[in-house]
Amino acid sequence: MRLPFAGAIDCDFHPAAPGMPQLLPYLDEYWREQICNRAIDRMSFAMMSYPPNAPISARADWRAATEGAGSLAQVRAQLLDGFGLKFAIANVIHGCVALHNDDMAAAICRAVNEWLRAEWLDREPRLRGSILVGPQDVSQAVAEIERLAPDRRFVQVLMLVMGEKLLGRREFFPIYEAAERHGLAIGVHAGSTYRYAPTIVGWPVYQFEDYVAQAQAFANQTVSLIAEGVFRRFPRLKVVLLESGVSWLPMTMWRTDKTWRGARSEVPWVDRWPSEIIREHIRLSTQPFDATDATAVAQTVDRIGSEEVLLFSTDYPHAQFVGEEALPDGLPHEMLRKVLVENALATYPRLAQDAATPAIADAKEDV
Amino acid sequence: MNAPFVEQKARQTLTIVDCDIHPAHRTPDELLPYLEPHWREHYQTYGVHVRQALSSALMVPRMMAGGMRSDTLPERGGPAGSDLGMLQKQHLDPVNVEFGLLMALSKGGMEERNPAFAAAMSRATNDWQVDRWVRQEPRLRAGIVVPQEFPEAAVAEIERCAGDRRYVQIMISSRPSDPLGHPRYWPIYEAAERAGLPIGLHPVGYNGGHPSTGSGWPTFYLQEHYVFTACMEALATSLIVGGVFERFPNLKFVMVEGGFAWAPALAWRLDGHFEKFRKEVPHLKRRPSEYLREHFWWTTQPIEEPEQSRHLVEIIDWIGWDRLLYSSDYPHWDYDNPSFAFKFPMTEEQRRKIFRDNAFALYRLA
Amino acid sequence: MSRHVACTAAELPPGARKVVEVEGREIALFNVEGRLHALLNRCPHGGAAICAGVITGLAQSDGPGDYRMERRGEFLRCPWHGWEFDMATGQSWCDPRRTKLRNFEVSLEAGADLVRGPYVAERYPVTVEDAYVVVEL
Repeated sequence: MRLPFAGAIDCDFHPAAPGMPQLLPYLDEYWREQICNRAIDRMSFAMMSYPPNAPISARADWRAATEGAGSLAQVRAQLLDGFGLKFAIANVIHGCVALHNDDMAAAICRAVNEWLRAEWLDREPRLRGSILVGPQDVSQAVAEIERLAPDRRFVQVLMLVMGEKLLGRREFFPIYEAAERHGLAIGVHAGSTYRYAPTIVGWPVYQFEDYVAQAQAFANQTVSLIAEGVFRRFPRLKVVLLESGVSWLPMTMWRTDKTWRGARSEVPWVDRWPSEIIREHIRLSTQPFDATDATAVAQTVDRIGSEEVLLFSTDYPHAQFVGEEALPDGLPHEMLRKVLVENALATYPRLAQDAATPAIADAKEDV
Repeated sequence: MNAPFVEQKARQTLTIVDCDIHPAHRTPDELLPYLEPHWREHYQTYGVHVRQALSSALMVPRMMAGGMRSDTLPERGGPAGSDLGMLQKQHLDPVNVEFGLLMALSKGGMEERNPAFAAAMSRATNDWQVDRWVRQEPRLRAGIVVPQEFPEAAVAEIERCAGDRRYVQIMISSRPSDPLGHPRYWPIYEAAERAGLPIGLHPVGYNGGHPSTGSGWPTFYLQEHYVFTACMEALATSLIVGGVFERFPNLKFVMVEGGFAWAPALAWRLDGHFEKFRKEVPHLKRRPSEYLREHFWWTTQPIEEPEQSRHLVEIIDWIGWDRLLYSSDYPHWDYDNPSFAFKFPMTEEQRRKIFRDNAFALYRLA
Repeated sequence: MSRHVACTAAELPPGARKVVEVEGREIALFNVEGRLHALLNRCPHGGAAICAGVITGLAQSDGPGDYRMERRGEFLRCPWHGWEFDMATGQSWCDPRRTKLRNFEVSLEAGADLVRGPYVAERYPVTVEDAYVVVEL
């Protein structure tokens, strides 16, 4: 369905990842030298998770057919104005996080974040940003969070759903500590650094399977965050699952609740029902929703059992819906204000502060 | 939270088919009489060769008594599941099992890395199942364990056993080395279809060469237990998307002990993104969910227990009441007793299907 | 409510457990370091005979990586699914409100008091010299 009113917050949109030539101005002399003389500036950082020409990677009518594709002007026209958004959170998915050289990965992440700040956030007040980090090098990830946290336009830390280790592991706690302290959410987005096969049973034959497997990756990360006690240790932390597919969640809750009753003593810090912890700390963006019709969407929402967990997203420019039907049919009408605005404000403290200005009250219901 | 526990009014009184019973070796040497002499020596010298650090223990230790019900240790000694008398007294008789399907997990050759030894262990395990169990207890049925990573040998083993109706299915570990839709496994499917036997997929403790998640290894059993479902989701995806059912239209898979509540959400995801990937998989003539509904069966244990049991009923309505098969997983810790496992009302017809009729039809039991 | 002699005290010394039938119901009796417990011998979740359960304490934690055992001997872990029950109340630790083992009042009483009644001996010969485990149903 279409958005019923203006003023929604899009929690997952993607500026086209910058090419290396665009990033050079944001790199220091050492890395500029390395990147130019090793011809890394001619390397494509296109990700296996999103083949540039595959239909999933960009909607045909949003595709880079025209000169201005992926530009701020196009994003303004198609996304911000097109959907009447109050805010949109820019998640730049850049292949640098897959590099094995942690220092190079961190340097390019810094450049990506600076590029986002200068080319997007400085030029469009409706945009907010995510701090891209490679979690495999915890100390550099934390340093990048500390570096950018003073800029209140960054509202979350961004990582891929599949990396070297499951995100609940204690070695990542400094990242969560920094995020919690600065009022940043942790965004976990679809995509893999392919350190391992994307499925437990090995390497699929088709891209289609890789994409489908992302949902299991989100489920595994959810179970990991619960089992390792991340939210016991960081009670104010929110983790936002971006482009997860959503519909897998109820089964994960049921299964983990049941197993916990027998395995609780293994993880005694898990002192509540996993589903209760999930409802309090995990958030999911609404595109894609996977459930294919209104009945299935309504069933999924009912099974999740909370109005607080869904955050509106377009996943622009990925192809997840047609026309302006950005909201999955079947979401209960009385939940829409939460999904479109309030849940995001509760998840991103920095957005809530910005929204406390009168402008947010302009969101008018016209249904 | 889980379902509130209302005592059921109607106790399970039907004779039933249990689609998941685990027989165990009484001693480490139990398979020796079934191995050729040189493999006997190999086994005693080198043991099994699997893809993990510990040669004979699981790297994610189980919560309860080594993964067993703690009341199943035979009085006469030996591990849980190794004593036929105890199986009869503790399970087959009191819950009225008419047929019980054996799932011989350990050291069956499914995960063995040495191809010839994998084949020898599979042969030994299959002979052992019939000799030590089915012959002595006519309610039991065997499953043909195959060296799944070596399809040529797997086909030979299927052909060796398939004429004997005491074997009612082919067994494959749900942690293979490649997703099972990969063409390298297709000779096994051809043999299965020819033999008219379903393929049962069951989780095992040993991996096929890949960590339990796309982000590496879990820390806790709470997580490892969860991935039993992820195996099944990935395998169903691979078999469907790989076009296995276009090529083998009569092939049937049974997802054993991998949950079933994931099925609708997986089907939605497959169907929902199918159009975008259609050109990559031109061999698919129908929507992915149609293959899922037509070619897959699910066993019930360990049954999901949502707080509101109507949610599970919705799931079964979607899957189809003719697709679920009761299983106990005896003697494992998450055993489901037929009188207690289903926390929602069922009609007599639904009970008959899940406890008996679906399995009779699928496995052609008699 | 009626009181039943379940067995002699000597049959249930500290560390012992025993299943008795009272009014057609199977009752699991436990003596944990002198504390007596009488529980209906069936887990309400999966139907396991809980007399075969593991007597244990409660694993507690102040956060990830912190482990400690508390309340040694106060919990019964179901022999099948491992659910933890407080033996004193029958309550499930994970879901105390809705999941509960039926538990019964149980006490140790002198034969001399018992012969005065009121109690139901149920074919159990009581002598004044011995002590008995008495369950209230």
